[in-house]
Amino acid sequence: MQTTPVTVSRRVDPHLKVDQYDPEGELMLLHFGPQHPSTHGVFRMDLYLDGEIIVKAVPHVGYLHRAVEKLCEKLTYVQSTPIVDKNDYVAPMTNEQALVMSFEKLLNLEVPRRARYLRTIYAELQRIASHLVWLGTFSADLGGTLGGGASVLLWCLRERELILDLFEDVTGARFHYNTHTIGGLRHDITPGWVDRVKQAMDKIEPRLDEYNELSFHNRIFQERTRGVGTLAADLALDLGITGPILRACGVDHDLRRDAPFHAYDEVKVNVITAKGGDCLARSQVRVAEMRESVRLVRQLIDAVPEGGINAGKPVKLPIQYKIPANQAYVGIETPRGELGTYVIAAGEASPYRLKIRSPSLHALSAIPYILPGETVSDAVAILGSLDPIMGEVDR
Amino acid sequence: MTPLLHSVLIGFLLVNVFLVTAAAGLWFERKWAARMQSRVGPNMVGYAGVLQPVADVVKLLQKEDILPENADWWLFQIAPPLAVFCSLGGLAVLPITPTEVSVGLDVGVLYLLAIGAVTVLSVFAGGWATNNKFALLGGMRAVAQSVSYEVPMVLTAMVPVVIAGSMNVSKIVEWQVSHHWLVGLSPMTVLGLPAFVIFMMASLAEANRIPFDIPEAESELVGGITTEYTGMKFALFYVAEYVHTLVSSAVAASLFLGGWDGPGAPGFHWFFGKTLFLFGFIYTARWTWLRFRSDQLMRLCWTWLVPTSLVLLAATAVWVVKVG
Repeated sequence: MQTTPVTVSRRVDPHLKVDQYDPEGELMLLHFGPQHPSTHGVFRMDLYLDGEIIVKAVPHVGYLHRAVEKLCEKLTYVQSTPIVDKNDYVAPMTNEQALVMSFEKLLNLEVPRRARYLRTIYAELQRIASHLVWLGTFSADLGGTLGGGASVLLWCLRERELILDLFEDVTGARFHYNTHTIGGLRHDITPGWVDRVKQAMDKIEPRLDEYNELSFHNRIFQERTRGVGTLAADLALDLGITGPILRACGVDHDLRRDAPFHAYDEVKVNVITAKGGDCLARSQVRVAEMRESVRLVRQLIDAVPEGGINAGKPVKLPIQYKIPANQAYVGIETPRGELGTYVIAAGEASPYRLKIRSPSLHALSAIPYILPGETVSDAVAILGSLDPIMGEVDR
Repeated sequence: MTPLLHSVLIGFLLVNVFLVTAAAGLWFERKWAARMQSRVGPNMVGYAGVLQPVADVVKLLQKEDILPENADWWLFQIAPPLAVFCSLGGLAVLPITPTEVSVGLDVGVLYLLAIGAVTVLSVFAGGWATNNKFALLGGMRAVAQSVSYEVPMVLTAMVPVVIAGSMNVSKIVEWQVSHHWLVGLSPMTVLGLPAFVIFMMASLAEANRIPFDIPEAESELVGGITTEYTGMKFALFYVAEYVHTLVSSAVAASLFLGGWDGPGAPGFHWFFGKTLFLFGFIYTARWTWLRFRSDQLMRLCWTWLVPTSLVLLAATAVWVVKVG
């Protein structure tokens, strides 16, 4: 077996086994996670270190596996909405949307225009909330949970609070909303909600400028992110990476514009891209996306049409559907990328098989390629910039 | 009163005052950080949470004392007290008033630099002894950082020494009283201010404070060197860190800001006032800045701080010969 010596500057082929380039076993194996403050939940990486430099990184997922897909096979179509809420626990709205939209596609249900508008607004509000959490946790990764990073984290949570209050107004829940049903929405908006959304946007927008200054005009932030974890566009496409990470590689791809769902065909979505594919580019894309979302919410909130919010008759209890044998795939653009639901129906009240395509899992698959050659400190920054939500990765 | 008794008394007082100040500083920092982050901070234990440090210590006392498997028992036990010892050691030569100084060492500055440098031994011993890879990485970083930042620290500490013509801290303060503070409204500030800034940066690096806290970067290395330490051993490391920051502030105040000198109030008021001002500044910086990566830290040190402090030292020498 041919062996190659370890050199610090060179990135080794991630497909090689570790003893193929470390026959002497001189590298230090560091189990990074699953219990680690910066793994965004329970993610584990086996890092082979040469001093501080990572030579090989092996990601391990599955510590948060809750058999969501199997549960959905056992529950009826209507019952599965609150289950998938817990997948991406930073953006629960989008999980529900991807699920119910696949069922609607199977049933050929036409969702009322008002419901589609509200879903769009929810999705954009959720995007702002999710990106705020990302910015906070990413800063905490860079600057310590007991330092400047914690300040950014708490400021971001302060703004996110405004959005959670808005959702609470409508759905009664701050987090796991269970507000989407097959054919529309369960709750209509409350009186005065439109004004409160506008007020919240007015509060959030100037703060976004602050965060822009705080991050991109900060020398340490730039030093820590520029040129770190560079992901090539080809590799990103090969790995099936979508969302802000792909757009940061310069690929102009956004399902909101390319395959419009909800009411996105009635508004113009400016797709934000950046060059470089490093942590800085990913940060720039996300912060700019928050701004774009504020603009979209402002545009949509005045245009919400009157009418029903559900395709069926308004009923107290959810209708039980029996869906004839068929299959459907629906992918929507969540804050993390393309969240897809592939469902096979067999004429029963529950699906025969349900598969969730989670963008975070694909994002994590870049780890063996972009981590080698960087330091342990950068590993934290890169992982943070990929914005993985382990609930969604493991399901 | 014999000189020895006098020294012991002053030393005992100073150690206790600094330990209590460190505890009060802990409360102040938490309140201050909370204000910065639009939070309330501790407000349950005592009025406005002033007893929070006491509650913390009581909690830590109840924790199980864990000795990790395959740990180096001797090093593991000795590291936390050594950290506190070294950080408190600097107090011995600091003059709090014109007359009150524990030990008027003639090589005071050298002693300060030496005892500050020994702190890294405790950090490295802790990192090595716990047999934890995160701790080992932390200890490794601590040594690299300390070795690098010692250089600009020593060079900039030489600036007041060269100007005052003595290594005795009391003499340096007295020189500043009779002439100017090194950082103040005088031409001296041109030399004093850069030296002061570099000295403070190096002190931050030695006390492992953000943005130089890579040895215990908790988002990367879990707890760094303290990962495996529990209970009071952890508390000792924690206290050492605060005391070290406080003592570093006191040293900088003495060397550059005129020590106990100031109008009106008695000397020790000014001494503690200046120390706490610098302490507060360090904590504002901590809750504002992000953390550097270790290689960036080394680059900053060797490409900027070391050459700058060399130039400063040379300029000071020229100034002393030509002007002073």
